[in-house]
Amino acid sequence: MTTMNERIVIPSVTGVDLELDIAGPGGRSYAYTIDWHIRVLLAIAWWALGTFILHGSLELIDSDSAGFSAYSFTVLIPAGALYMLYHPVLEILMRGRTPGKRIAGIRIVNLAGETPSIGALLIRNLLRLLDSLPTGYIVGLVTTVITKNSVRIGDLAAGTLLVYEESKDTGMQQLQFGQQSVEQHGIDNAELIGELLARWNELAPTTRNQLATQLLTKIHGQPPAAVSDAQLHQLLTANAS
Amino acid sequence: MPPSQSNANNWARQPQRWFEARLQQWQTLERNNVQLEHDKAVPEALVSATVAAYPELARDLAIARRLAPKGQLTTHLERLYANTHRAIFQQPRRLTSNLKRLFRHEVPAVTKLLLPTILAVTFGFMLAGLVGWWLVDTYPELASLFASEAMIRTVQNGELWTDGMLNILPSSLVSVQIFTNNILVSLTAMALGTLYGLGTIYIIGLNGLMLGGVFAFTAQYGLANRLFEFVCAHGFVELSIIAIAGAIGFHAGRALARPGHQTRVQAFQDAVRDGGKLMVLCVLFLIGAGVIEGYVSPNPDFSLNTRLIIGIGYWLLFIFALCGWRLPKFGAANSLG
Repeated sequence: MTTMNERIVIPSVTGVDLELDIAGPGGRSYAYTIDWHIRVLLAIAWWALGTFILHGSLELIDSDSAGFSAYSFTVLIPAGALYMLYHPVLEILMRGRTPGKRIAGIRIVNLAGETPSIGALLIRNLLRLLDSLPTGYIVGLVTTVITKNSVRIGDLAAGTLLVYEESKDTGMQQLQFGQQSVEQHGIDNAELIGELLARWNELAPTTRNQLATQLLTKIHGQPPAAVSDAQLHQLLTANAS
Repeated sequence: MPPSQSNANNWARQPQRWFEARLQQWQTLERNNVQLEHDKAVPEALVSATVAAYPELARDLAIARRLAPKGQLTTHLERLYANTHRAIFQQPRRLTSNLKRLFRHEVPAVTKLLLPTILAVTFGFMLAGLVGWWLVDTYPELASLFASEAMIRTVQNGELWTDGMLNILPSSLVSVQIFTNNILVSLTAMALGTLYGLGTIYIIGLNGLMLGGVFAFTAQYGLANRLFEFVCAHGFVELSIIAIAGAIGFHAGRALARPGHQTRVQAFQDAVRDGGKLMVLCVLFLIGAGVIEGYVSPNPDFSLNTRLIIGIGYWLLFIFALCGWRLPKFGAANSLG
């Protein structure tokens, strides 16, 4: 079994390597599950709406009945197309993303870190036929576990992979420390304050209070006057701005 | 020491000043990237500014990596750098010229490259067909391997299962069903080639055996001519495409098994990319074949001669398309470029 890479390093013309975090089987499955639900719901919604508009009820239409041809072309075939063409069409239109991938914070890139070509996106979707064998994407799942860039056969063929991308939650605006903080406390301390604030809710109150007290003591040369959890958080936030 | 390196060293010694001086630039770049990715037309000045900012951002990232390799700022700059890289190096959207290049130059080049494999697969397909014919002709009870119970009963009653096709479903729906199925079969024949070509052998062999077996079975009841009459309008193109899809599958399988001077993955990627170009054309022609199979093939109003003209004409059009919409030039040099 190949050791899985967590990052892919791509040489850039600037001489500073581009490092991208690879989305593994977990991130991929999460995105796929969301997308699968969206496309199933879209297809069902189209079928239900079309059937109701054409026939006034949600009963299944018999293929012998008059008007079945029109019903097929306006309801059944578009519903099937919504389900089948969801991935290739949206990946092309959204440049390597789908709503599911967007929610999971991942996107498709080629091995140069760029948006893949339309041909590459079509090839990775075409080979879903193979990745979905024998059922439930078992081949695809196994290959994402055993390949070093966590890719399925479709990605191997198209020269693509899935990476984590900057979302609105990880943009520069979300940096947990500001210009003033860097000016007053130095970039190292500003980084530490930002890191602690970012992880505040994940830490146990005793641990975060201890860390906050140590950090504020280091910065100001004396222990903080504040003692409660909320006060420490407030003090850290003030120092971070 | 080059000025940029000296500048970078100064910044690294004064991180506060560096952060203060660059923060606004990073925020601007972030907004520019969003615009470059989503807007169809962007001002030239914005593109120039982003291109100019790219090496500066690379320097900033190098400084951040040195100051705090795992820090928040480094993480943010890594992502910003990746987005800027993608925004700058995105491929131009030139659908029309890309399609023109695909159909005029790339498809004929791939066809030429794969021609020996296509011929070999066609030979294999025909051989499987003959074996299927011989098997059912010699051992008639084997017909049940290739035809369903219902099909066998219909033929034994002196009719073809295709006779009442239009009484069950309208032509339009039959066409859609048929071309969807044919596209799936062809794509599967291609995709299964990745199993070192073995999956393709299975699909091509099975389809050949079925075709030969079914023809032999109908011949026993004097219906082979009528079956040919049904098949001839759409069959030439449909069967050619199955052979081509098989050849693409073999090409991919061969690249995996014998990658030559490339790595296995690179050889496989090249083979699938080449084959994918050819499949675009094949899928379009399969849609046309489906329409013929839905409207012409089951319709008794069309005579054999008309069917042959449609079938051979459509096949010649397909060959013409494979040659880049030019008359075939034998021995002409072609390159995939």
